[in-house]
Amino acid sequence: MADCDQMGRSTHSMDKSITLPPDEIFRNLENAKRFAIDIGGSLTKLAYYSTVQHKVAKVRSFDHSVKETDDDPLYEISVQEEIFARLHFIKFENAYIETCLDFIKDHLVNTETKVIKATGGGAHKFKDLIEKKLKLKVDKEDEMTCLIKGCNFVLRNIPHEAFVYVKHADSEFRFQNTHPDIFPYLLVNIGSGVSIVKVESEDKFERIGGSSIGGGTFWGLGALLTKTRRFDELLQLASRGQHTNVDMLVKDIYGGSYGSLGLTGDLIASSFGKSATADKEFSKEDMAKSLLHMISNDIGQLACLYARLHNLSRVYFGGFFIRGHPVTMHTITYSINFFTKGEVQALFLRHEGYLGAIGAFLKGAEEDNPNQYSWGENYAGSSGLMSVSPELNPMQRARSGTFPFDMLEMDRLERKLVNLPLLQDPSSYIPDTVDLTEDALAREYWLYCFEEALDGVVKRAVASQPDLPQAAERAEKFRQKYRHKLQTLRHQPFAYGSLTVRSLLDTREHCLNEFNFPDPYSKIKQRENDMALKYFQKVVKSLEKLSWEQRQFALIKGLLAGNVFDWGAKAVSDVLESDPEFGFEEAKRQLQERPWLVDCFDQWIERLKGPPHKCALFFVDNSGIDIILGVFPFVRELLCRGTEVVLASNSGPALNDVTNGELQILTERIAAMDMIIQSGIKEDRLILVQSGSSSPCLDLSRLDKVLATVVRERHTDLVIIEGMGRAIHTNYYATLSCESLKLAVIKNSWLAERLGGKIFSVVFKFEQPGKSQGGHQ
Amino acid sequence: MEINGYHGEDGTADETEEEEMGGLKRLRTSKKETAAGLRAGAGMENVAAGASAPSERRASSAVARQRIDSLKKNRPPFPWFGMDIGGTLVKLVYFEPKDITAEEEQEEVENLKSIRRYLTSNVAYGSTGIRDVHLELKDLTLCGRTGNLHFIRFPTHDLPAFLQMGRDKHFSSLHTTLCATGGGAYKFEPDFRMMADLQLLKLDELDCLIRGVLYIDSVVPSGGPSECYYFENPTDPERCVQRPYTLENPYPLLLVNIGSGVSILAVYSKDNYKRVTGTSLGGGTFLGLCCLLTGCSTFEEALEMASQGESTRVDKLVRDIYGGDYERFGLPGWAVASSFGNMMCKEKRESISKEDLARATLVTITNNIGSITRMCALNENIERVVFVGNFLRVNTLSMKLLAYAMDYWSKGQLKALFLQHEGYFGAVGALLELLNPS
Repeated sequence: MADCDQMGRSTHSMDKSITLPPDEIFRNLENAKRFAIDIGGSLTKLAYYSTVQHKVAKVRSFDHSVKETDDDPLYEISVQEEIFARLHFIKFENAYIETCLDFIKDHLVNTETKVIKATGGGAHKFKDLIEKKLKLKVDKEDEMTCLIKGCNFVLRNIPHEAFVYVKHADSEFRFQNTHPDIFPYLLVNIGSGVSIVKVESEDKFERIGGSSIGGGTFWGLGALLTKTRRFDELLQLASRGQHTNVDMLVKDIYGGSYGSLGLTGDLIASSFGKSATADKEFSKEDMAKSLLHMISNDIGQLACLYARLHNLSRVYFGGFFIRGHPVTMHTITYSINFFTKGEVQALFLRHEGYLGAIGAFLKGAEEDNPNQYSWGENYAGSSGLMSVSPELNPMQRARSGTFPFDMLEMDRLERKLVNLPLLQDPSSYIPDTVDLTEDALAREYWLYCFEEALDGVVKRAVASQPDLPQAAERAEKFRQKYRHKLQTLRHQPFAYGSLTVRSLLDTREHCLNEFNFPDPYSKIKQRENDMALKYFQKVVKSLEKLSWEQRQFALIKGLLAGNVFDWGAKAVSDVLESDPEFGFEEAKRQLQERPWLVDCFDQWIERLKGPPHKCALFFVDNSGIDIILGVFPFVRELLCRGTEVVLASNSGPALNDVTNGELQILTERIAAMDMIIQSGIKEDRLILVQSGSSSPCLDLSRLDKVLATVVRERHTDLVIIEGMGRAIHTNYYATLSCESLKLAVIKNSWLAERLGGKIFSVVFKFEQPGKSQGGHQ
Repeated sequence: MEINGYHGEDGTADETEEEEMGGLKRLRTSKKETAAGLRAGAGMENVAAGASAPSERRASSAVARQRIDSLKKNRPPFPWFGMDIGGTLVKLVYFEPKDITAEEEQEEVENLKSIRRYLTSNVAYGSTGIRDVHLELKDLTLCGRTGNLHFIRFPTHDLPAFLQMGRDKHFSSLHTTLCATGGGAYKFEPDFRMMADLQLLKLDELDCLIRGVLYIDSVVPSGGPSECYYFENPTDPERCVQRPYTLENPYPLLLVNIGSGVSILAVYSKDNYKRVTGTSLGGGTFLGLCCLLTGCSTFEEALEMASQGESTRVDKLVRDIYGGDYERFGLPGWAVASSFGNMMCKEKRESISKEDLARATLVTITNNIGSITRMCALNENIERVVFVGNFLRVNTLSMKLLAYAMDYWSKGQLKALFLQHEGYFGAVGALLELLNPS
């Protein structure tokens, strides 16, 4: 690492006037434990583990055996404090290290921590300062080990961590799916020199090579040639230069291309070749550009030679030479494409700058077994890619009173998440239907949509906590935070990986949680559940009167009508809010007549005439009419057919989606009224599982491990996915290895039009592996 | 060859193949012209011969006559040149016949004589042309003629002066075929035609290079200094000595040609080779950076400075970072961790000399070539590496560095070999093409 003048100088220039905003930086320090620090040439990365206390909405069943009056609600809702584990990572310039240490010292109240894990080239330089300020013993960890540990961690836990950089494309960042098996891979770390590391498993890695021509060469040689001292400035010079003025190209030697070898005339034959023969002055910009090409090409070439020798196709690039610099990502990508003819892709990481800190932290936290859990990126607390890039965001730098910093927060998920075992090909599975990063029109629409809906969400949040203090203030903070996120995403759609309707929804949920609005819809869900339960038996009775074929159609229509009741969709929430009596029957009338927009109903009926399914996995959607009057009668029919049913609901709240806690109570109540449901539960033919998610959408590659086990043990052969969020915005194109039913009512006219329909169009997609798909439009 | 690129083992794109076919067509057309030139030349000779001594010929036996006739028929007229026009240097080989009979002497046109005298009686031409006398190969038999092979070079930017000279000496009146390779053969073809009325036979530089290497190695007499050599004990500076090496069974062989840029070829037999890869960090980069960093202007100057400098003041070594060896990864403390890495620091930038910078540039470029070569050798599974090209001329520093790097990083598996005629093989290959069209 570079212990250089710029850096050395800046470490002593501490600005005492800086006051740090405690709810923005170093959050949750009060409960912090297990610190780690990675001090590089110019940036410091601090990591700590903390617990966050958040309000959660809990439901608890009343004892219905004691009192049975119609007016009492079905269950009670209480808001409780719960403690969650969270990882905090902060990145700032070394210049502010002392300010930060002082701040931490002042805010670190009751920690039992005695040591701080440290890594990075600058760690030894600041050892005394850290020990003096924090009274923690500095414990050094090997840089490369930390780097690899960190890399494994982000690749495993953060979807869309890796990306391919394409300079002139609509979206410069092409995010990669999380591959179920991350090993083996090659990590090319370009610091002052280059290290090439082959990683074969969590604990097995080997430095298979390297090169002395790296970031230090660009910086050192660049400083000599151009008298420009700062690395960033050198890169800026380079981005304005013309390398062809300095380099000798193939056409300078051949007059054109070297045809028999297929080498084009524009290829560089000799870097700096022109400065050896031409007796003239060369511009700083041109020399910097030539140097950048020379070094990037050289590193790319070596990386390819090593990748080929070890037969590896996944090559990640990191180190300060790469870190968020579009210029170097472009030249490295170009070089890799040239030398491998596209066989190997240059991959970059969103959180590349944090790898060392994450790894050092993990080394110190081994007794907490962080690798046994799944972690999720918290969109509310993370700054996103390029948050402090000077070119992209000059505002942030200029903000007075504080300094530029970047944050990453990761929540420890309560459950270990895994792939749905029924995915046809986990490595190519993409949950999201539309990538808004690449689709500018759709992006515009949805960003507008979410901004429009913000007022309503704020209102709903305040109304959900009439008795809790500062609800209005908190809701206002939520509004600001989410609006800021939307603005960021407007300019940097790639900030958190591919932008999707799902990520917009999830970001909103994360922001709501951040300001202690764990479940703004809890009361509405409760009221609707109460109401719907009263109709359950009536609905079942009227279904029983129908012939078999009529009943099958009525059941599907019921599922679809139930699905109209969705507070997430603006068209519906408007109606629901103005007319609470909007009923089940009315919803049915609103539905599109057959043939539906996507209509596989005939195939479904044909299939039902065949042998029953062994076990159906049903990803449910909304509370109230949807789950009670739509889903349960359908489940009842499946049970009667001899099909086992696994109902998968969200672990945590999202909009008016039914949570696992609520569904347990509802199921008990329905079982009390209905013998078929009751015996289903008793005989273990109807079971409830958590999805592991708290999102209105569904990522089949991140599901509760228990769910996966149940699915496998019960030989599930039918998957039903219901609702816009789960079956349209996500999973519309998901291919499963068993039969699947995706059904939803399109409650958004823009989306309906895009799909070629109108509002309240119906999608009923039945897919059988190996059979050609029918029923499309 | 000086191209930064990778030449695939198999399947080039359709486009390229077309171009390649175009190249072949061009070659074939040129060959026809050569044949025409040959006949014209032979005719001239015959006319001259017919005037002087027709009886002697008739006196020789039929067999002998046939042999001589066939030799004469296939033998192009003098002068015999081979030329390699690179990005930086033009390399010229000239065969000076020493077995000229009295009658030949008489018949020889004045222009030819004057060229021969000019080339063989000087060691320098103009201000930049140089004849490498120490490389001259004496008493060589080529196409039935005995003579000396001369090795001449001058900078590519002085090519116009060379063409002017050819024009002044009425070179075109000799109706000779000028075989040329290197990129310049393509780039300057119109200049040859327009300025000197000369038609070039353009040849592929890699074909010529390999042909030249194999030929020179085979004809250099065993008595004198061996063409091929290596360094014994490359990792021990005290005991490191140059030793002759016999390239008897040369295949497979990795041939690394370091000119302005670098080409790396895997050679499996006389006519089976592929270009594995190349790098743009070559001799041109060394000289270019040295010129910018130190203000020098020639390769010799740059080398002289490098020999007096200390690269460890400029480079950041493993021990500068880790205090010693980085044992976890088996990196010795003396290894360079970051070339020019110390130059990130202002104080250090102010404390180094131009000689240090020249040395660091040389070490950086040389080691990089070494490491790419080593990776290619591993990927191609080849253990013998021959380094050629003018970057190595009078550059023992780089040769020893390469020998060291090959030996150390491969734990003795790889052997670095060098050749006396470093940069002239392309030109020799071009000459051979003139005499024995393949």
